[in-house]
This record gives sequence, C-alpha cells and structure tokens, in this order.
Amino acid sequence: MGLFILRRLGVMLLTALCLTFIVFFLTNLYPNLEKLAKTQGNFRMSDEAVASWLDDRGYLDNTFVKYGRWLGVAPGWVTEKDDGTVTGQCFAENAPVEDRATFCGVLQGDWGFSLVFKDEVSNIVATRLGATGKLMGFVLLVMVPMSLLVGVLAGMREGSGLDRSLSTFSIATTATPEYVSGVIFIAVFASSAFGLKWFKGSATQAIENATFENFTLPVLTIALYGMGYIARMTRASMTEVMTAQYIRTARLKGVSFGNIVLKHALRNALIAPFTVIMLQIPWLLNGVVIVETLFNYKGFGWLLVQAAGNNDIELLLAVSVVSVVVVLITQLISDIGYVFLNPRIRIS
Amino acid sequence: MDPLTWTGPLGQFLDPVFYALAVIFLIAVVIQIVMSIASGGTRVVTNPDGTLSTAGGAYDLSASATRWSGLALLLIILAYVVLGIFGGPAATGIVGGMSQQLIPVWIALIATFAVSITFKRKLGLYGKLFDSTVGMIGFALVMFWVYAGAMAGLFDWITTHESLSQVSGMKNKVPGTPMRGAEEGEYAWYLLGGDNLARDVFSRLFKGAWVVVQIAPLATLFAFMVGITLGLPAGYYGGRLDTFLSFLANLILAFPVILLFYLLVTPEIVATGIPNYMATVLFVFPLIFVGVLLNARYYTQPSFRTPLLIVVLGVMGWIYLSLISDGGSKVAVLPEFLDLFDIDPGILVVFVSVVFVNAPTVFRIVRGLALDIKTRDYVAAAQTRGEGPWYIMLWEILPNARGPLIVDFCLRIGYTTILLGTLGFFGLGLESESPDWGTTINAGRRLLSVYPHAAIAPAVSLLTLVLGLNLLADGLREESLKD
Repeated sequence: MGLFILRRLGVMLLTALCLTFIVFFLTNLYPNLEKLAKTQGNFRMSDEAVASWLDDRGYLDNTFVKYGRWLGVAPGWVTEKDDGTVTGQCFAENAPVEDRATFCGVLQGDWGFSLVFKDEVSNIVATRLGATGKLMGFVLLVMVPMSLLVGVLAGMREGSGLDRSLSTFSIATTATPEYVSGVIFIAVFASSAFGLKWFKGSATQAIENATFENFTLPVLTIALYGMGYIARMTRASMTEVMTAQYIRTARLKGVSFGNIVLKHALRNALIAPFTVIMLQIPWLLNGVVIVETLFNYKGFGWLLVQAAGNNDIELLLAVSVVSVVVVLITQLISDIGYVFLNPRIRIS
Repeated sequence: MDPLTWTGPLGQFLDPVFYALAVIFLIAVVIQIVMSIASGGTRVVTNPDGTLSTAGGAYDLSASATRWSGLALLLIILAYVVLGIFGGPAATGIVGGMSQQLIPVWIALIATFAVSITFKRKLGLYGKLFDSTVGMIGFALVMFWVYAGAMAGLFDWITTHESLSQVSGMKNKVPGTPMRGAEEGEYAWYLLGGDNLARDVFSRLFKGAWVVVQIAPLATLFAFMVGITLGLPAGYYGGRLDTFLSFLANLILAFPVILLFYLLVTPEIVATGIPNYMATVLFVFPLIFVGVLLNARYYTQPSFRTPLLIVVLGVMGWIYLSLISDGGSKVAVLPEFLDLFDIDPGILVVFVSVVFVNAPTVFRIVRGLALDIKTRDYVAAAQTRGEGPWYIMLWEILPNARGPLIVDFCLRIGYTTILLGTLGFFGLGLESESPDWGTTINAGRRLLSVYPHAAIAPAVSLLTLVLGLNLLADGLREESLKD
C-alpha cells in the first residue's frame, strides 16, 4: 500500500510538471507575449520596442530557462540598463545588493504577480478558491444524497416503472449541460417572461452573503448535470448487488424488502459510487467555470476565464496547477478509497 | 397583422384539454412513484421464469393511469402538429407555423421509420433498435435534427428568413411577432421572435443545427480513429508502449477542458499555427488506420493489395492534404490548383480541439476492451494460425469490441455536441455571427432576464439532440446485450 501511494505520488508529480510546462509553453509563445507587452506597455509600440520590453523582463530567454525560473530552480532574470539601474525578477528596483534573492519561484513559495489584477497571485487564487469551495460544498451537499437516492430507488427493482422513470430522469440530466439548464432556470425562475421571480439570475452577492434566493440556481445547475451520471452508476451497482446470491438467501429467509435494501444491499452497493463521486469532482470544475460565468459569481472558474482571456501568464499557471492537483488528488483518493472500502481487495 | 399566439384559434379548443391532461398525468406520475416505493408489501407473484413481480392492486391502477393519460397527452401534442401542417400559422399559431415549415422533415422521418420497421429483421443491430421504445424515441429525436439541419443547410427549405438579415423593428421581439412591412412572398412572422440584432431566431436555429450536425459526428469519428489506432496496440502489446500512451492520455484528461480550449483557440495561438500542426498529426490517423486495416487483411494477395492500397491511400491522402493545407495558414504543402477545398480556419480549430479532447477517452475504452478480448480463445486460435499482430487487432479484436464502441460512439457524439456548445458559450473559435447553438446561447444570455426566448430556443434544441443521442445509445446497449 505504501509503495503504491508513493508510486502514484511520483506519477502525479510528473503529470503536474508536464502539464504546467505545456501551459507555460503555450502562454509564452511570441504572439501571446507581444499581446502582453502591448497591453502592459502601450498599444502603439513598435516591434523593436516590444522586443526590448520583453527582453528587459526576461521573456525572450529559452522556454526551459523561463520555466525553471517559474519553478524556482533557475536564477531569476536580472537586467542592467544603460543608466545603471538594475531590475530583477526577485527584488524591487532599488533593493540593496545583499538583499537580492537569486531564486524566486513556486518552490520558494512565490507564485508571481498578476498583471491584470495587480496583486499577488497566491492572494487572488486563495480568495477565489474559497468562494468556489463554498459553491462546491453546497453542490456536493445537494448532488451526492440526491443522486444516491435516485440510483438506489431505481436499482432496487430493476425494470419497474419507478426504475424506468428515474433512469429517464438521469439520462435527461446527463444530456443537459450547465449552460442549457442554467439558461432555462434563469428564464423560468428569474426572468420577467414567465413571471416566476422566485430566485435571482445573478449570484454576485452570494460571495459575501449567500442566501436561498441568490445561491439556489447556480448550485442546482451544477448539481443536476453531475447527478445523472452518479445516479446511473449507483443504479448499475445496486442492480448488480440485488441479483447477488446473498440477497436471494435473505429473501428466502423472509427478511422484509425494506430491511434487505437498507441493511444488506446498500452497504455493498455504495462502494462503486464512491469512486464515481470522487472522479466526478474534476468534471464539476468544468461546470463551475460555466456556471460562474453565467451567474457572474466571482470564484475560481471566473478567475480561470479572466486569466486565460487576458493571457495573465503567472495567474494562469497557478490556476492550472490548482486544477491539475485537484484532478490528481481526487484520482488518488478514489483509488485508495476503493481499496479501503472493498474488503475483497483490502484483505487479499 | 396580429401577433401569433402559441396555438392560435385552434388552442381555444385544445389548450384546456391539454392543460387538464398534463395536470392529470403529473399527478398520476407522482402517485405511481409514491406507490412503487410504498408497495413493498403488496401481493407478490412468482413468475414462471423465477422472477418476482407485484400483481394488481393500487400500484397497477396508478401505473395504468399514468400510461393512459400519457398516451392522451401524446395524442393532443400530435394533434397540434398534424393540424398545424394543414392550418398553418394563421389558424394554429406558432406551433402550427413551425409544424408547417417542418413538413419535409416529417415526411423524411415517416419514410425512414416506415422503411426501417418493415425491413427491421434484415437490418442487424440497426433493425433491432426498432424493438425498443427508448431507442426509437432517441433515434427519432436524432434523425429529426439531422434531417432538419441538412434540409435547412443544404436546400434552405425550413428557414423562413435569411439567418443573417436584420429587419428593423424586430429587435428582441417576442415569438409570433408579425414582421413590419412584410412584402409579398416574404414570411409574415418571426415564429420564435427576434434576437438582439433583430434576426429571426427560428431560421438561425435550423441553420445552427446544420453546423452542429456536421461537426459533431465527424469530430467524434476522427477521435475514434485516433483512439482505436493507438488503443489497440496499447492494450494488445502492453508493456512500455502501454505505459507511455496511457500516461499521455491521462495527461490530456487531467487538463481542465475549458483551459485547454482557451489555450488552443485564442487568435494568438492560432496565429502561431499550432492548431494546424495538430490537425496535421490528428488527421493522419484515419490514413494509418485504413492502410493498416487493408494491408493486414490482404497482405497474402499482393497482386490485389498493392493496387487497392495505392488507390485508397491515394484518394485519402489527397483529401488529407487538401484538408490540412490552407491558403493563409502555416501548413500549405499542396499548391493551390490541387487543393480540393478550404476549411474555414475557425471551424478547423474547433474541430481539432474537440478531437484532441475526445481521443484520450476513446483510447482508454479501446485499450480496456483490447485487454479484455486478447485473452479470448479466438485470439489464441488466430495466434496459433500464425496471423500477424495487426490482423489480430483489427480483424479479430476490433469486430468483437464493436458493441460497446457503437454505444460509446452515440454517447460521444452527444458529448461532442456539448463541447461544441461550451466553445460557443465562451465565444471561442467560431465567429460571433455564426448561427450554431453555443454561440447563439452566448449572445442571448446577456438579456436573459428580460428576453429569454433568443437563448432558450437553441438551449432546448441542444437538450433534445443530446437527449436523443443518449436514449439512442441506451436503446442500442439494451438491444446489443440481448444476444
């Protein structure tokens, strides 16, 4: 078990390095840098001015060197101008020589500076991640019990009317992407067209003050899309368990149907959905980006769109590190959890 | 001219019946659900095949109530559509108007179903689809959009106005608004209203369907070619190759899709030509696939194989080269006079990124299936016969993996449709006046709380298409498991 986790951690690290390098490479392509220079400097810069602006800030070095700097394994750039002023990546312009750090990267805990938000990347990401954490928490709170309930109810009597109607419902939810259900929800529950002004179509205020009125629609929109898949997996797992020999034995011994479902079947049927739920979390991230854009909720997904749209390199890298880490950690937890929950694997 | 209501004069008679039946149906469904949970204690009968079922009682009563009220509801909806064909917008409102515009689609659908059901025993898996209700509903939904998209896109049949023409005074108008100063021969209404640029939502909807119906299946097909060509050897050989390819697949899968889209589809990246290089790599896989497929089958008859391969690969290679080479882009290997067609660069980028995102998942599925099937006896028999590894992979393993792959293909077209919508929703790739559904939803969402109709129409269409594909996949899965 220990070796397994160690090996998985190694693969995770390698994956994270590769992915951040890809993001780094794509964001540091010359057309992107040119756009960056023009938005930061001035839009009427000549090509030479752009080149020297970029050169002064170390953007024109080898991609691997730049990536090393971002990681904190290569020394940061230092530029000495003709008039003698020295600027560098890791120190302010007039810092004394002995206070000048050589390395400043992720390994030193320095995530860089967002050129669009004019703030430390780590600050921005932490705040936005908190906001999204709240959203995700509510989503899981709604989605997991609902989907398990739907799946168990559908799976306990395969082929019954209840099974068919609930299965159709789950298929319908998996066929409804967030931007479709969100649009329909806003139109029905928040617009003046139908007159049902029950909820608000914007969740901007929900960051400080989440109420039933402004938080229901975004939570419901994300939860609904994820729900169908988990419910179908739970149903499959439940139907499999319900045809098992030990359930038949229990029935023949005269255990009531309710007891069979609750005490005998449920515990075994919930092992597989656990994995599915963990693996569904990275997919929720997609939904979060869409829903936060649609409902104007300024969380992590909104940040991703802003960072990517403005080619805010260091912010984008931090965002991708966080999302990649989320993906890999949930995969790890689902693997470990599966082994841990399933006695057949645990004991052998 | 008066604005149209949804069901027109006909609705005065049918609407009350419709609402009453809808309420009855909903109540019946709720009762049935409650009953089926609570009916654990009703009389249980053992069937001859050993299964158990409940017999009679309140549950059956509620079930038949649901069935009959549902059927009646369906009949009423059918009546709206059929009477609409004859009545047109003046007598039967917006629903009738739409139904009349869609006459060619109805004819095509009825013809397809009539032919398929008549010959269903001779049509293999496709024919068996018509044994399952769910599958038929799914197939009908999918074919509706395929026919509607093709007819609107190729022949301009269904649309009532130009998808880009703006008519003054029609900005954000509600569905059924008569066109101001409509001339002779022009369609007199905006059936589903006007969008924020005063264009006809109804016409754009079906023009957009053509974009979706073209790109989604083709992109899925390419993703399958890539996934199969890489997944089969990974599963069959295993070892280093498998480790390496699986790592690559997991790498792409660990990427948040939207971040990947933003990184690939922005104009700056397109300017560097990266999507064109990716297209060059991804589009070569069908060539490899078909080449290896034919070579593995006919390598014992070189006199037949060599000309076959030359012709097939020659034609495919030409198409491939004209696909990737584009006048203004980075990859232009083919001179202008040999270039068969030029793909709109926006569509090419969208296509490439969708294929790129889908291929790893297909790879994993194919790899898993190959791992499972390679232990079967017929594979061992082929190995003993001395068949080559590619023959075994493509002619022994792949045909036996077709069931799950066909089902996944249907599901994946739906997923690709969703991805295309996501791209449009973020305004990536396609131009902003493109009528495809994602872009239209994106344009409509700004005024959603005041004028929701411009965004709802494409949203509901996307929902029905993807739902149809999911139901179709479900029906296929059920039928393919039966034997």
